[in-house]
Amino acid sequence: MVMYSDNEMMAIAAGRLIKDGDIVFAGTGVSMLAATAAKRIHAPGAVVFFETGGIDPALDEIPMTVADLRVMSGTSLNSGLIEAFSTVGHRKLRTIAFLGAAQIDRYGNLNTTSIGDYHKPKKRFSGSGGACDVASLASGVITFMQHDKRRFVEKLDYLTSVGWYKGGNSRQELGLRRGGAMAVVTNLGVLRFHDKTKEMYLAEYFPAVTVEQIRKNTGFPIDASGAKEALLPTAEELRVLREEVDPQRLICQSNNEKPPG
Amino acid sequence: MNECREFADKLISPEEAVKRFIFNGCQLALGGFTITRNPMAVVYEIIRQRIKDIHLVCHSNGQALDILIGAGCVKRLEIAYGGNGRYAPTCIRFGKAVEQGEIEFEDYSNYQMALRFLAGALSLPFIPTKTGLGSDLMHCEGFAPAVRKEEQVASMKYARIDNPFSRQKDEVVLLPALNPDVTILHAQYVGEDGTVQINGLTFADLEQAKAADTVIVSCEEIVPRSFIRADPDKNSLPSFFVDAIVKVPFGAHPTACFKFYDYDPKHLNLYRKMAEDDSLFREYLDEWVYGVSSHQAYLAKVGTEMLLNIKASPVLGYAPGLDRK
Repeated sequence: MVMYSDNEMMAIAAGRLIKDGDIVFAGTGVSMLAATAAKRIHAPGAVVFFETGGIDPALDEIPMTVADLRVMSGTSLNSGLIEAFSTVGHRKLRTIAFLGAAQIDRYGNLNTTSIGDYHKPKKRFSGSGGACDVASLASGVITFMQHDKRRFVEKLDYLTSVGWYKGGNSRQELGLRRGGAMAVVTNLGVLRFHDKTKEMYLAEYFPAVTVEQIRKNTGFPIDASGAKEALLPTAEELRVLREEVDPQRLICQSNNEKPPG
Repeated sequence: MNECREFADKLISPEEAVKRFIFNGCQLALGGFTITRNPMAVVYEIIRQRIKDIHLVCHSNGQALDILIGAGCVKRLEIAYGGNGRYAPTCIRFGKAVEQGEIEFEDYSNYQMALRFLAGALSLPFIPTKTGLGSDLMHCEGFAPAVRKEEQVASMKYARIDNPFSRQKDEVVLLPALNPDVTILHAQYVGEDGTVQINGLTFADLEQAKAADTVIVSCEEIVPRSFIRADPDKNSLPSFFVDAIVKVPFGAHPTACFKFYDYDPKHLNLYRKMAEDDSLFREYLDEWVYGVSSHQAYLAKVGTEMLLNIKASPVLGYAPGLDRK
């Protein structure tokens, strides 16, 4: 029986969305796993880079922050923030950014700033960092979320990073030239956005997860009419992830390692 | 003044650098990013000299930012990100200070803050960007209107204009430039001619330095002029941008310095644990900052064993196999 953790399933599901040749803007944690696994499994021509300026690092060990020394080791080039953001927004490149957030709404807008009143919040988070920038400039954003009602909300407490804004053409009308939310990968499944309305819908639910469970954990109504069960992680995908990408098991391991079903 | 004389004048201790250049209420920028190349030795000295009311201007800062806030040195903050990666996704004392209304703060994004330093370095009053449109960064003002009237603070958080070169409606964000009173960086090398060399990622250090009135550079090593000039392609800043040079080996500990040492996971975990609790945090400061007279004394407390554990491979630039949990 295949055993895998939530983090492993999320990394593999997100990695499958990366195409060969994509320029991938990675954060740390699961997004690092996803980007590196994709590169080693099916997208050898993908290039991983970081907002801090490191391009295509060797990544023989998992970085713990985007400024980790491992992000500047074995790179094709080391630079700085201005250069990194000129890559993210470059008109010639298809750049895919991985982000995480504390809250997300139905249009894929993200909050990484605070919960409660902005001036005296109940909980303060790290802030935008480069998230607002890549959400403004990249060709597409894939967001990682824990799937629960407190995080999938009708209205964000603070809109840090723009996805499809208010749906329809509203993102373009803001003056943003490209990009938008591409997919959301959670511990329960993969969500995408309708072409016209830009509203979130359920594309895939993970093995052993039900559509009902996803509805119950989403704070707004969600179209699940076309949802399919996601493919199980293959033995090869898990091997690459565990042996090559995260041999120290810094991220792969989580408490909820479980068999499907 | 000849080069040697000038260099000798600039080469001072961390205590002297803080005494000479850091003052209550100064606007301060820190180099580095999250847990890499934070200028910790000079920052500890700022805390020991009990500097107050600092207006900190940052992109993604971590350890140095957090301890300065925790020690009560910071009154006002313009920031994109306060985090120590997986060792504290949100910096603990920063989070508490905001939640308890103890500091004035204004949020920007990383690229925006880097651009603001770039504008300052280029002696421009503002700089345009597309990043931020539609975000609450554009709509929520952190500073009170009275703060916006102060000389040191830009009169507005942002402005928006329609692209004057476009035939269609095309909104653009304008960001006010930053020219901090002081920028502090930590570098690997400074040559005896005053040239600064940073290895690995430079983040926004160079823009921060060129934007500032005064620049303090702490470094791992002072090297001969012949060494620093053997491969000038590697160099980062010419001497004339630098006002003070401070030689402090392991000067970024517990944060990392490419090719010299990794971050110290044990110390960062200890810090997080103690920062979670107000009285434990006082103890942390008493033990690790106020209770030591110099960075050397601090390193003696960290201990040889840990310093050897985090020592970087000169080939890889980090400490392979380091226990980082």
